[in-house]
Amino acid sequence: MEPVPPSPMQPIDCDIHPALPGTRALLPYLDDYWREHILRRGLEADNLELSAFPANAELNSRPDWRPARGLPGSDYDLLRGHVLEPFQSRFAICNVLHGAQAMFSEDLSAALCRAINRWVAAEWLDRDPRLRASIVVPPHSADLAAEEIERCAPDKRFVQVLMLELTELPLGRRQNWPIYAAAERHGLPVGVHAGSSFRHPPSGLGWPSYYLEDYVSFAPGFAAVLNSLVTEGVFVKFPKLKVVLIESGVTWLPAYLWRIDKTWRGVRAETPWVDRLPSEIIREHVRLTIQPFDAPPEQSQVQTLIEQIGCDEMLLFSTDYPHWHFDGGAAVPAGLPPDLIRKILIDNPLATYPRLS
Amino acid sequence: MNVTLLDRKPEPGRQAEIIDKRFTGFIDCDVHPFVRQSSEEFDPFLSERWREHRRTIGARARQGLSKATNYPRMSPGNGQRMDAWPAGGGFPGSDLPTMQAQLLDLFDVAHGLLAPLVGGAAAERNVEFGAAMAAATNEWQLARWCIPDPRLKASVQINIEYEDAAIAEIEKRAKDRRFAQVNIPPRGLEPLGRRRYWPILRACADADFPVSLHLGGTNGHPSTGGGWPSFYHEEHPSYVQTMQTLVTSLVCEGVFEQIPNLKIVLVEGGFAWLPALAWRLDKHWKRLRAEVPHLRKAPSEYIREHIWVTTQPIEEPERPQDMLSTLEWIGVERVMFSTDYPHWDQDDPRFAFKVALPETWRQRIFVDNARALYRLD
Repeated sequence: MEPVPPSPMQPIDCDIHPALPGTRALLPYLDDYWREHILRRGLEADNLELSAFPANAELNSRPDWRPARGLPGSDYDLLRGHVLEPFQSRFAICNVLHGAQAMFSEDLSAALCRAINRWVAAEWLDRDPRLRASIVVPPHSADLAAEEIERCAPDKRFVQVLMLELTELPLGRRQNWPIYAAAERHGLPVGVHAGSSFRHPPSGLGWPSYYLEDYVSFAPGFAAVLNSLVTEGVFVKFPKLKVVLIESGVTWLPAYLWRIDKTWRGVRAETPWVDRLPSEIIREHVRLTIQPFDAPPEQSQVQTLIEQIGCDEMLLFSTDYPHWHFDGGAAVPAGLPPDLIRKILIDNPLATYPRLS
Repeated sequence: MNVTLLDRKPEPGRQAEIIDKRFTGFIDCDVHPFVRQSSEEFDPFLSERWREHRRTIGARARQGLSKATNYPRMSPGNGQRMDAWPAGGGFPGSDLPTMQAQLLDLFDVAHGLLAPLVGGAAAERNVEFGAAMAAATNEWQLARWCIPDPRLKASVQINIEYEDAAIAEIEKRAKDRRFAQVNIPPRGLEPLGRRRYWPILRACADADFPVSLHLGGTNGHPSTGGGWPSFYHEEHPSYVQTMQTLVTSLVCEGVFEQIPNLKIVLVEGGFAWLPALAWRLDKHWKRLRAEVPHLRKAPSEYIREHIWVTTQPIEEPERPQDMLSTLEWIGVERVMFSTDYPHWDQDDPRFAFKVALPETWRQRIFVDNARALYRLD
């Protein structure tokens, strides 16, 4: 492994993934009814991992970040040694990816999410003052999600709400608005993480064969998320809301912005509340983490793409630990100007997450 | 769709209009012929059994509305150009003289590739009826369009869920130079790269037909990976995501290893998204290549060799000169001009590109690429 260069800037890492070692670890954090419920059904023996992120796929487990045993990302000491110390992170935001968000029973989903939030606070946030976390919410139940946001909001170490990118309903649909109302009320951006509850095909063409296809198609999925959030008027209704696309890839964005602007010019009479260019709305309200970046082969192309993104406030530093997108300390794609790097590492995360200041 | 405000007369006298020679004589890779009034127009090409079926049951696609599309368009006739309704009645795109006046003669079009969006063959749930309608639509293209105006080239219609009939239809048209390609609906029941579709794709390649994937329609699946959107404002750009999934499927399944002479044309899905998709595929293929050992080179290489794109609805970068880098990143030899006549968002060759193309690029995009791909003239 290349040595990680010392970073005097103390970046803010906007996407790390502590892994729940198993549902058994949640038992102390479940309400009595749900503890008994889970034991009776034998669910404590399963860790209910999301199929969107098979833990042993090379993509999801960087070789030098793989623990001797247990799931990648499940060991705090390793996390500290792998990213917090080498990058000298000022803060790192824990995004727990878990099947709690894919359960069909809204009640079970909410109970597991609640336990995960208690677990992350007790076993991660309490251990290291640099760690922050996203509130994991049941994405298919807006009312229960809003309740969970209200429950967690007093703890200022929760800095964001975590949603899955692909669920039954496009995220902008009005049924989801209680989530956005609660998030906006508490100064919490809504983080939309790559992945799907996979109770529906991950594309409009049905089910592909390979994980590579699923993963690559998360980027078009994010385009659909933006179409929905903008078109339904989420940012008109919740003007202070920020949305962070996490592990979305970045380089698809400029061509996407051209397309949605063009569509808006032609058919905006259908949605008159969208009263300005979608690209303008997106640049104001939407942020993206930088891993993976999906860089082109030439640095000059990276520079062109950065110009096309046309806004130096949109990108947020992330390592996506323990997923494998870069080697050594090369978490920032080559070819970015120094001023922009500083904004990506520090200024943009601070501006996006008011609770970090 | 041209959304730039143009300094031109409100009602130019069409026939008298002098068109700059740079914008004439092109090959239009997306022209839509329609029926005048109803699907009765296909009856002469159907057997009595299927005429009866059409009259009593009719087309049945995988959607809630029997005739209208899921997402109503923003102009009458399911999104037609307002001035394309023929003076003598009938549907836009149904009257050859009007099409000649507004497109073929006006621009002295060298060839127009027909993309019929009528008949319902491709989306039909009763696959026997779908196959019958496909065959009828193929005869109809010849009788109504290609014979009266040989500049127009037909596209073989099939119902991809009825493999035997589809292959028979492709083979039947293989030597007929009035057919230029095979149309396959991009939104199938499964991603097009899946093995179940290989025999049909192989038949297309064996017949020397490029496969054109023209956007539109529904397969009954939500049009995004995260459910059904509410608005046409979302459905329209979701076509781009459909194209991305198609390319991803064809590449990752190894279709181009299996069928090395397969040529794919993406119609009406835009194209500026293609470079970023190729970079993303390459990046994650490096990590996951053990899963797809049948791929013998980087995904971007398959894309560069096997995928063509048509221009309409053309991308409009915020900085117009970014069009040039986009074309360069895709490969100028893979981009072909199209109008999408008579749809509301059609592109006018004079105004489509917001930046001056180098002359050699213009010649390729407007003429040479399509001429070579379809072996025209």
